[in-house]
Amino acid sequence: MKEKQKANSPVEAVEETVAEAVLEAETNAEDEAAVLESESAAVDGEQEQAAPVKPKKVKVRAGHSSMTRRSMRKWSWLFIGPVFVSFIIGFLWPFLQGIYLSFCSGRITTIAKAKLTGLQSYEKAFADESFFHAFWFTALFAIVSVVLINILAFAAAYALTQGVKGSNLFRTIFFMPNLIGGIVLGYLWSMIFDGLLDLYTTTNLVDDATYGFWGLIILLLWQQIGYMMIIYIAGLQSVPEDMLEAAKIDGATKRQTLFRVIIPNVMPSITICTFLTLTNSFKLYDQNLALTNGKPGRLTEMLALNISNGFANSATRGMAQAKAVIFFVLVAVLGIAQLVTTRKREVQQ
Amino acid sequence: MGKQQSLKQERTRKTVMSVVLAVICLIYMLPILTILINTFKEASAVKSSLFSLPNSETFVGFDNYETGMTAGSYPFWKAILFSTIITILSAALILIFCSMAAWYVARVNSVFCKIFYFLCIFSMVVPFQMVQFPLSKTADSLKLNTPWTIPIVYLGFGAGLAIFMFVGFTKSIPIEIEEAASIDGCGPLRTYFMVVFPMLKPTLISVAILEIMWVWNDYLLPSLVLDLKNGYRTIPVHIQLTTTGSYGQMNLGAMMALIFVSIIPIIIFYLVCQKYIIKGVAAGAVKG
Repeated sequence: MKEKQKANSPVEAVEETVAEAVLEAETNAEDEAAVLESESAAVDGEQEQAAPVKPKKVKVRAGHSSMTRRSMRKWSWLFIGPVFVSFIIGFLWPFLQGIYLSFCSGRITTIAKAKLTGLQSYEKAFADESFFHAFWFTALFAIVSVVLINILAFAAAYALTQGVKGSNLFRTIFFMPNLIGGIVLGYLWSMIFDGLLDLYTTTNLVDDATYGFWGLIILLLWQQIGYMMIIYIAGLQSVPEDMLEAAKIDGATKRQTLFRVIIPNVMPSITICTFLTLTNSFKLYDQNLALTNGKPGRLTEMLALNISNGFANSATRGMAQAKAVIFFVLVAVLGIAQLVTTRKREVQQ
Repeated sequence: MGKQQSLKQERTRKTVMSVVLAVICLIYMLPILTILINTFKEASAVKSSLFSLPNSETFVGFDNYETGMTAGSYPFWKAILFSTIITILSAALILIFCSMAAWYVARVNSVFCKIFYFLCIFSMVVPFQMVQFPLSKTADSLKLNTPWTIPIVYLGFGAGLAIFMFVGFTKSIPIEIEEAASIDGCGPLRTYFMVVFPMLKPTLISVAILEIMWVWNDYLLPSLVLDLKNGYRTIPVHIQLTTTGSYGQMNLGAMMALIFVSIIPIIIFYLVCQKYIIKGVAAGAVKG
């Protein structure tokens, strides 16, 4: 009876069937306390399987060790259910639909009416010149911004950890732009840039792709230096004090200390910041939309904006979805590369 | 003698650095200051000389704010209100349910939990463009297009980072504490809310900061999911809608006022919880 009641919620049903099958296997992997618990739970499970009509006995056992997994499982619908359901609505289901849609083409108004056409959308995506231009524009943008942001953020962090007066105030100010959202930032800077350009030229920011490129770079620098600086400050503060002292006693110059002692010690922060800036630059959308909206023509369109624009027209939706899958693979490769490099470093340490 | 001299050198060096940094900070603030100054100028003066201070001829008081607040014939306070509702509801949902789910995942650790945890981490690398079209359709059909229901979408989409951070922290809590609670007769619910949840406080704050910053500034998701025809707008959506198309025709001074007012809440939030924000950012960055 109890089992049936539980099976009402779908999460619970999956959970139960999976749980029963793996209880044995799990025990090995746990620490001592958990082993004890899951063993008692396993005994529970066996008894229930053998005699499911005796709920009384189970009840007594559950009362005795209420913290076992079994008693937690009773509440799984509450603990994991809400997140699981909204995770499916907000991510998993749309993600799967997205993969499906990338194999459809023609006019796509609703997902149910989309027609499967195999790889046609991918062919279209690869034949789309604006997509290629967006890719190279994004790649170039990413390289320039990653290098500049990291160098400047590190310099700022280094300067602010020297015990200079007012460091806290400077840190507060450097970080502030990071809180302003991309759309607001974009319009804020587009007005500043247009005002600046008015002083010396007759062109606007959206008239020239070079202006657009550097405008985006300046905007992103302004926004992200503070963020990366915080990470670098945390890294710099964790450099062991005795190492710095030893370097000083050995007569190392400031420069030698920086390159031979400090930088090797903040390598983890450098890796994190490099990947953060890289993925941020690749996924950049709001700032691009607000600052240039791809103008002039589609010359300053980055990947995310290029894809999003494709969704506006029902005829190009299949192609846009195919582009999105390609984009996803690209970003995922970056993410995996990050995971591998950080893992490696952890092993070394 | 030599030592004293080097100390003196050190001190002058630090003062010079302090001054240099102060100048850089001032330059750093210039964009915002420029916007602020221009909100008090006449539109024509904004266009012709962006970087000059308002004088008696160009000064218009708070006129720009008055026009800016009703730009696009949409009262701006409504956008602020909806942004606030969505941000608070989303952050609350994420904090409560994701920490609960993370505790369950960390402690039960069944195959289902492992798969779910993997999917959560996986969702962090997926760019939004991948789901934007299907998500807008799904959310529409489930009526998740109002400020009161869109937090469910945020809960699903924001679960990845939150669960990742909560699981990491939960695993560092000694399980003996929970065992002691259970020996004292607490069920899972009481163990969680009376024992585990209070211990999560530092991570709760970090996650709250990260989620608030994300939801408040998010543009694409609300612009696609929210029912705009029904008058639901967040601040970024409102700014995008009123400026595109009307940029150039719209009163520049009013636009600056709009931009400036939309920055104010986040600046206040920053100045009040600065310590936590900087900590939260540092914690959120150290994700694997």
